[in-house]
Order: sequence, then C-alpha cells, then structure tokens
Amino acid sequence: MNFAKNRTVSTVPAAKTGLPVWMMGLVADRLRADANRLLAFLFNQGILDEQFLQLQQLRDESSPNFVSEVVNIHFHESEKLLRNLRSLLMDREFSGYNKMGIHLNQFMGSSSSIGAKRIRNACFAFRAASEQNSRAGCLRALELLEHDYCFLKNKLHELFQIQQQRVLAAGARYPMQN
Amino acid sequence: MARIGGVTWRRTGKIDGEVHVLAVDDSLVDRKVIERLLRISSCKVTAVDSGIRALQFLGLDEEKSSNGFNDLKVDLIITDYCMPGMTGYELLKKVKESSAFREIPVVIMSSENVLARIDRCLEEGAEDFIVKPVKLSDVKRIKDYMTRDFRVGEGEEKERTRKGINKRKQRDSFDDLSSSPPSILSSPISSSSSSSPSPQSPSPSPPSIISASAPSSPPLDSPTRRLKTTSSE
Repeated sequence: MNFAKNRTVSTVPAAKTGLPVWMMGLVADRLRADANRLLAFLFNQGILDEQFLQLQQLRDESSPNFVSEVVNIHFHESEKLLRNLRSLLMDREFSGYNKMGIHLNQFMGSSSSIGAKRIRNACFAFRAASEQNSRAGCLRALELLEHDYCFLKNKLHELFQIQQQRVLAAGARYPMQN
Repeated sequence: MARIGGVTWRRTGKIDGEVHVLAVDDSLVDRKVIERLLRISSCKVTAVDSGIRALQFLGLDEEKSSNGFNDLKVDLIITDYCMPGMTGYELLKKVKESSAFREIPVVIMSSENVLARIDRCLEEGAEDFIVKPVKLSDVKRIKDYMTRDFRVGEGEEKERTRKGINKRKQRDSFDDLSSSPPSILSSPISSSSSSSPSPQSPSPSPPSIISASAPSSPPLDSPTRRLKTTSSE
C-alpha cells in the first residue's frame, strides 16, 4: 500500500484486524447492520423498550461504554437477586412473601431503568403469584424470569461485542494521531 | 435584583458556574443512570445511597457533623421514594423542616405511579415527582427549576418562595393555566399525550396524569396576571 508522506495512516492497524484498510468500510457497515438488526429484534419481541434507547443516547466519546457498564452492574445484581428469590422459595421453612417482595421490587426497578421490558413484566407476574400466596405460581414465574434473564444477557452481550468491534474498526481506520 | 412594574425578580439559580445536584438512590443502577443524565445536562452530581448519607452530606445529621465535607452548595436534591431506612418522603420532610435547607428544591422519583403518594410529596413541598425510569427530558425539565427566574410579589417573598401546597392551593381558585407549575408530572403510561404542558389541577378526583416531556419550559406569567393573582389572596 502506498500512502502519501503526510498521512500517518499505516499498515499496522490493518494488520491487527487482518484486513486491508480499504475493506474496513465494509466491515463497519456490516457491523452496524448487525447491531441494528439485533436491536430491532429485541424491540419487536418486546424484550427491550425505549428506555434502552435513552441509555444509548447517553454514550459519548468520554463514556463510550456507559450502557454496557450499567447493564453489567444490573446483570451482576440480577444474578444475586434471582439466587435469593430461588433460595427463599425453595426454603423448607418458607418464611413468606415479604422478603421476596423486597428483592422483586429491586429487580423490577433496575430492569425498568435499563429498558428490560420483558423482565419487568415477568416480575409483575411473579408479584401477582406471590399476592395470591401461590408458591407453585411463584416457582413457575421464577423459572420464566430466569429464562428471560438468560436470554437477555446473551443477546445484550452479543450487542456489546458488536459495538466493541465497531469501536475497534473505527480506531483502525482512523488511528489516533498523537 | 431588577424591579419591573412593581414585581421583584429574584434569580434563585446560578448565573455562573454549574448547578450542583445531590442524587439519592439505594439502587446502584439508578444512581449510575441519574448521575449520567445529570452530567450530560451539565450538572455537578453527588450521588449517595441513602437518606442518612444525604443528610450527612448536607450537614443535617445530628450524629456526624460534616465539617468541610460539603464545600459545594447543593442546588437541588433528587431522591428515590422507596428506600430502606429513611424513605425519600422522610428525607423530603427533614429537608423542608430545616431552616438552612428548606429552600432547596426536592424532586422525588418513584417507579410507582401512585396518586396518593404524589400528592403527599407535593404537599410536603416537593418540587416535582418523576415516575421512573428517568429520562433526559425529565432532567432537562427539573434543571429549569434551578436556572430560570422566579417572580415574587412584593412583600410576599417569604411565602411565595416555598413551593408546594401553598402555591397549589392558590392556583386552585384561578383559571390561570399558563404558569410554570410544580405539579407537571411525567408518566410513561400516557405516552401519546400532547407535549404542551398544562398544570394538573389538584382536585380530589384528578384526571389522567399529563405527560410533559417537552424540554421547552412553559411560558412564564405576564407580570400583570401574576399581580392580579397576588392581590386576590
């Protein structure tokens, strides 16, 4: 590759990706299409709502990973909450629904804050079952919750990976000139 | 202070420098989100995880005196309602009971859209009530409370600076609909309502909560109309 002397673009970043620079544009386009397709799917299925988009708008150069950071905090907390819910439900000396209610409210709150619509709705179903004092209903609701949570976690990790690749691809095309 | 036509204007927000918000929420996710929303809206943010810590930061806590802890004046407090220990409502009461801090506007956030709760907070002097999840438009709106001019009638500064039940009661008897009211509420449910903000009349059986997500602030009162309202009290 032949570059004019005053340009600082080199072949090194291209080597990192294994692609010639001229192809990076195609990769970037493809990645953007992948991200959009995944987001559209998650919206159409009612898994995410517009609050997620609101969070995306809060990213900028100074905080490019804002959404993934917040979502990872949410996932970390969610796993604890789900474990607590399960152990409370499975406890032989079942102590009642109060403690579960507290965990549930927490879970509902942070799910809503990141736009996890389906999970929030599953929490409502859980709450309804607990209000009817139906332990079996709660168990079913919990299983649904765990399933929805796993699905969301996988999909969002996929999305964040694509976004990371986009950042890398953009960096390779337009390397920082210090 | 400028005096125009007998009305005294008083600016309560900062003219220079940034607005400093104290955010209170026990949820780490929500703290991160509100922090970011505020920072993006050019506010300085201090985020704490409980009402007790908020009081400590303000220097209101009897146990610990926070000498030098708080060098930044707080311009607004935004707090979650449901928190273990001290609720947002209790924090609101403590702030409004204190002579040093009662002027600070307090905004309540809650994931539950319960009218009784909203009314109770507004009666206690809350500036506004935001239904979670909080959006950028919500933050832009509350920022207006801190930076726009407040009109105060002559000789009534002390009463009128305190928002909440006083102002709401006054507005009850007027058809004046164009003032910038503290009771504009945002609700995710009524997403299709118009963006022109109008105050919610605090009648016993209130209608649907109006969504006012438009960042453009409502038109300010004309001085003459405001004078009329003050004279008929």
